[in-house]
Amino acid sequence: MLYSAIASLTLMGLTLGFFLGLAGRYLKVESNPIVDELESLMPGSQCGQCGFPGCRPAAEAIVEGAAPVTICPPGGRALIEQLAAKLAIDFDLDSIEDKDPAFAQVSEETCIGCTRCFKVCPTDAIMGGPKQIHQVFREACTGCEACIEVCPTECLHMDGVEITLGTWRWPKPALAA
Amino acid sequence: MSIITPFSGPHTHAEQSVPKVMLSVLVALFPATVFGIYLFGWSALILFIITIFSALVSEAVCLWLANKPVKLFMLDGSALLTAWLLAMTLPPTAPWWIGVIGGSFAIIFGKHVFGGIGQNIFNPAMMSRVVLLISFPLEMTTWINPLPIGSPNALSFTDSLSLTLGMNSVDVVSGASVMGHVKNELGQGHALSDIIPQGYDIHSMAIGFSNGSMGETSALLILFGAVLLLSLRIISWHIPGAMIATTAILATVFNTIDPLHYPDAIFHVLSGGLMLGAFFIATDPVTSPSSNAGRLLFGAGCGLLVYIIRTWGGYPEGIAFAVMLMNASTPVIDNYVRPRIYGYKSKNVPLQYSPEDFMSKDDLTTSDKQSGGTH
Amino acid sequence: MKLFGFRGGVHPQSNKFTTREKGIKTLPFPDKLYLPVQQHIGAPAAPVVEINDKVLKGQLLAHSQGAISAPIHAPTSGTIVDIDYYTAPHPSGLPVRTIVLKPDGNDTWQQSEGVVNPFKLTTDEIAARVGAAGIVGMGGATFPSAVKLGLGKDNPISTLIINGGECEPYLTCDDLLMQEYGDDVVDGIRIMVHALNAKRALIAIEDNKPGAIQTMTIATHLFSHIKVISVPSLYPMGSEKQMIQMLTGKEIPTGSRSADIGVVVHNVGTAYAVSNAIRKGKTLTSRIVTVGGGAVKNPQNFEVLIGTHVSELFKQCGGFIEEPARILMGGPMMGQILPGTDVPIVKGSSGVIALTKKEIALQKTMPCIRCGSCTDVCPCGLLPLEMANRSRKGDLTGAVDYGLMDCISCGSCAYVCPSHIPLVQYFNFAKGEIASRNIEKQHNDVTRELAEQRKNRLEAEAKAKEEAAAKRKALREAKLKEAEELKQSAKKETVT
Repeated sequence: MLYSAIASLTLMGLTLGFFLGLAGRYLKVESNPIVDELESLMPGSQCGQCGFPGCRPAAEAIVEGAAPVTICPPGGRALIEQLAAKLAIDFDLDSIEDKDPAFAQVSEETCIGCTRCFKVCPTDAIMGGPKQIHQVFREACTGCEACIEVCPTECLHMDGVEITLGTWRWPKPALAA
Repeated sequence: MSIITPFSGPHTHAEQSVPKVMLSVLVALFPATVFGIYLFGWSALILFIITIFSALVSEAVCLWLANKPVKLFMLDGSALLTAWLLAMTLPPTAPWWIGVIGGSFAIIFGKHVFGGIGQNIFNPAMMSRVVLLISFPLEMTTWINPLPIGSPNALSFTDSLSLTLGMNSVDVVSGASVMGHVKNELGQGHALSDIIPQGYDIHSMAIGFSNGSMGETSALLILFGAVLLLSLRIISWHIPGAMIATTAILATVFNTIDPLHYPDAIFHVLSGGLMLGAFFIATDPVTSPSSNAGRLLFGAGCGLLVYIIRTWGGYPEGIAFAVMLMNASTPVIDNYVRPRIYGYKSKNVPLQYSPEDFMSKDDLTTSDKQSGGTH
Repeated sequence: MKLFGFRGGVHPQSNKFTTREKGIKTLPFPDKLYLPVQQHIGAPAAPVVEINDKVLKGQLLAHSQGAISAPIHAPTSGTIVDIDYYTAPHPSGLPVRTIVLKPDGNDTWQQSEGVVNPFKLTTDEIAARVGAAGIVGMGGATFPSAVKLGLGKDNPISTLIINGGECEPYLTCDDLLMQEYGDDVVDGIRIMVHALNAKRALIAIEDNKPGAIQTMTIATHLFSHIKVISVPSLYPMGSEKQMIQMLTGKEIPTGSRSADIGVVVHNVGTAYAVSNAIRKGKTLTSRIVTVGGGAVKNPQNFEVLIGTHVSELFKQCGGFIEEPARILMGGPMMGQILPGTDVPIVKGSSGVIALTKKEIALQKTMPCIRCGSCTDVCPCGLLPLEMANRSRKGDLTGAVDYGLMDCISCGSCAYVCPSHIPLVQYFNFAKGEIASRNIEKQHNDVTRELAEQRKNRLEAEAKAKEEAAAKRKALREAKLKEAEELKQSAKKETVT
């Protein structure tokens, strides 16, 4: 009685395990569709601020668990919330510090019109031609700082955004007793 | 110049606070408590004090361990109220360690493991009582006949102290509570006409000269307290109303079908802890729904469960179990039963009006301008 | 008339007796008047004057920009001394572009013409005059009134409700306006009824203002289509949504405006300003302000020139009896904390209140005990405890699901909360977070599209380059072939 029980359970285990192995090899899904979904949420400017060489590798890392959902600076809290919702991760937004949004700004006195900056801008946010002073479109700038790195005269710098009456927000009440 | 942390309105407040709420409930419980102590003697008082003391000590220790401001939370009165309610449901002559275990269990496992005040799922007093009942069935079901202080056979203070502290055996006449007795006999197949031949005495049950725990006996005094709470708007009528009504309706239905084996509504309402449970225990704000419709549902559920447990369950008294089971369903009730929001017909469905709803027929058809007189 | 009631509501102590019997005083000219270009909902006004310009009373200083905007006029005659950024009367203390005017003491009005018979004007003409006069909702909402008066063109309006509720404690400016200028108010109402093509007007006054009810009843007795209705003193009666529900039994469906159910609500102060603008051609230059609160020595109502510093008003009241714990613009329930008293009175300032420590009754916040008092008093049928819990944890979707966007921020919930939880501040915080995130999301969408476009552009350029190179190559080869053929034929020729 005992031996027949052991034998039958072992046989079942082996058979099912074998089928699972077959399924794992032949029914495997190649690319995890969630990586595509995450990538579509991201800014897509391939700025590299996260440390990964682009948005898709970052999305893959997040899915694998190698990177946290807070990794994308230009995405801001909106992106973190969306990523956390997609991955069904419970995320306490209090624990992240808001990085102040910043935009690139050209100092017109030192710009030599070399055109190196707009060639690397991932969103074409810099306007200007050769030997002409360039200018940054604030609405298109993601703050990736790629332009700052290539500027030969260091005339590009990041400008913080001033809070105005229109953009001021109520702070969260301080924690209770 | 700018303010670093501005405050938002409102910049004034009604005169209400958590300690005030707890104090009001305690005041409402006072008449019934005093009567209970008078009825059952000094041992009831001693047990009372021991229970409350254990609860307060546990509260202080838990707060200190959790690094919370001890004085602020001790003074909010919630631990005191929990212990008071628990003591009201214990047998008056229970030994001292029942009070100690009950009081500390209620506070530690009924309240603080969940996160402190406002975070518990189950009513702490009921949770503690259930644990005591299941773990120590003998001590928790030994009731005595009333021995009012000052009556000829009443125990003196020192005797009561010995009784509670479990020293030399003191003689007391034990007697089953009315509910327990009735249930026992019914369970053995006797008819109600045999168990309570003259009919039960409504007066003594209402005023309270009967067996039971301190809070079970005087329905009338509990009612006085409840009226105070209702007038202060600390509780609303929905939960107690639904609970008592449901029990009464079920009792009436079954009593009409078979008067010999099912006690009637008045018996159910006046005996046991239903009045205390309906007005003081089920209405615990933390563990009951926050909308009125939800409260009605909650109360009805409690009433139903109380009747089922009392009639067909294994225990003569079902309040504690009923309340705890409904506590478990409170989050579900709160999620699905919500008040209607202004501008909506129901969730996510906006209100709709047609022009006829707000314009009379001739208003709609006339197109000339209103001549409001001359200049 | 039958009243329908509304859900919830609270009864804060009204304390209106402190200013009700004292009438309206005028102030001496302040040293300077500070006029923010944004005193209304919508786009800020654009200055049309320059420093050192001399202006007359009522003259245009900044014109409105766009459809939802309002102009700013000189409250008195004088000289423009500055146009710069000064502290706004806002809790943040942030600056706002302000026109500073130094009164010359003559108070000379500009040339203006009223209309003899306003009832001959069309809706558009009335709205244009009201807009040009700079009139906005004087109850505090400051929505441009010209836009609201034009609502009768697209929607059938059955009722114009004139809001004489003034449910906030301490404030009595509307009460006294009705008592002292009742006839002008009724005149303004008649003009607005005409502009909206409404069938009737209801003037709703809380029953704690018997003087105003009496005056207005007398002022309207000749006009059968205008009725004075006494409504219960229940906060927030003055809220548009609740007032409409009380008087008509109907609710504004979510996502709609009041005009969609045939109702438009205007404040009594707005009606008064409309009468002045249409009959006398006077632009909006002053308003009645209640200065009150337990910390003020002699609380009083004043007729104040727009732009007067709040410090002036407190000075005229004899200063403070004790150091105020909070200074607010508006009432104690929904008023905004002021960053100081060197901020100006603006068009929507119904009152300035200095509250003592005892009055603000601040206590340490305790955890929520789920008592449900907030739910019982919420006039909108929301669950403030659930919304606040979720706002605290950052679950904004959950908070919105429980009705955050339907909250009118009346403060009834926080007023009754036994645990003294700052519920309204949680909701304000959450609403602000949602607004910020929407802007961020929009920005993300835009930059993502731009990045896509750039990628496509670069690919297209690369492709074009390839094609051009291929073409050139083909051309070059063709040319070479041609040259070869020519050479061949030339060779052939020499041979033959």
